[in-house]
Amino acid sequence: MTRLLDAPERFGPLPQMGGGFIDAIEQSRLVGRGGAGFPVATKWRAVAKRSGGRAVVVVNGAEGEPRSQKDRLVMTWRPHLVLDGAFIAARVLHARRVILYIGERHEKARSAMLRALGERTEPEGALVTVAAAPARYVAGAESAAIHFLNDGVATPTTAPPLPFEQGVDRAPTLVQNVETLAQIGLLARLGQAPATTLVTLAGAVMRTGVLEADRGTTVADAVRGAGGPTESPRAVLVGGYFGSWVEPEVAWQLPLDHETLRRHGLGLGCGVIGLLPARACPVCETAGIMRYLAAESSAQCGPCFFGLRALADACSRISDGSSDGNDLSRLRRWVDEVPGRGACRHPDGAVLFLSSALRVFDREFANHRAHDMRRTA
Amino acid sequence: MSDQLKLVVDRIKCDGRGLCAELLPELIRLDDWGYPIVDSGNVPKHLLPLAQRAVEDCPVLAVTLRRAEVKR
Repeated sequence: MTRLLDAPERFGPLPQMGGGFIDAIEQSRLVGRGGAGFPVATKWRAVAKRSGGRAVVVVNGAEGEPRSQKDRLVMTWRPHLVLDGAFIAARVLHARRVILYIGERHEKARSAMLRALGERTEPEGALVTVAAAPARYVAGAESAAIHFLNDGVATPTTAPPLPFEQGVDRAPTLVQNVETLAQIGLLARLGQAPATTLVTLAGAVMRTGVLEADRGTTVADAVRGAGGPTESPRAVLVGGYFGSWVEPEVAWQLPLDHETLRRHGLGLGCGVIGLLPARACPVCETAGIMRYLAAESSAQCGPCFFGLRALADACSRISDGSSDGNDLSRLRRWVDEVPGRGACRHPDGAVLFLSSALRVFDREFANHRAHDMRRTA
Repeated sequence: MSDQLKLVVDRIKCDGRGLCAELLPELIRLDDWGYPIVDSGNVPKHLLPLAQRAVEDCPVLAVTLRRAEVKR
């Protein structure tokens, strides 16, 4: 079966397709690859039902997750497949606009997408405009993308309304990740979506970067495919900064698919798999990521803005040895209180990540002594 | 369709004045930064009048009473 990155760079003209195509998506059980893993067919149906020729398709190539590279890679190397998916969405959903929402720093991806667009002759090409997504973590969230495209502010908004009810131009809107759209492109071309997932390997592996994992591939397989670990890892970060730290011996067995990981209480998120080397300090590493996530709060909701800052500060105090001894119990209380209390899932993701750190690095957090942070990276 | 009501806070509007928690401590408490933590269950009938007041008296109109949500 054809895989995404092995697919021809360009196929012939797009096949005709109508509403029945959504059934094909449903049968393929494709889920979104932007992080949430939401069933694609459900999303398309919701937009199709309300479109009336007004729908908007947002091609989400914001890729704000710092360690992730797979969306850029797809846009750069398979831009026609992404456009295939976008044009099919426009056709099936009777869209009036297609917007390429591409991270402002992803220059190579943007120029590849524009070059591909210039080579297309389908009528959907005329619907396309391009927008540069701000280089912020939350800019890729659906409601933030819509907010940016409507008002120039890439911060999440309160739901309802949900995008399929009222999105760009107040019209029913589909926001879909570029890898997902490329999968849709292949599904339309070949009658079958490749059973693969793009993952980005980061940290202590021989070759960091993007890997296309077949269905059933485990974390161990993927790491082996990347040349193996550079040294014995202390933990594996599954799912990026909104994911979870997992003990290596548990992580190796995990298959890289959304459904199975969800049954383990984990998530593939945007597909980042990061290996923390044993010589690095898990507490300092966690504190650094928490500081990043706190700074990336869009500062709209109190529990996120103040809560994540407090969580990051407490982690930093434990990390630099200035804690009053109560920070660990504060952290344990706050991770129960903060989730579910933001307009978007930013605080939830950050807390999920921190909870996994408190669990997996239980000993390290309890016994942490300050050390020179420069030696830990 | 249920006629059960839940308290919902618009987290973007809310700026932590804390009035809701004063009116309805049975269902709302404040976190360490002064923002409401709301009981996720349905509002019991005998507390509905107070919940209604929390909705009306919120200075930034961030609190609403909503029917149990229907998903797409």
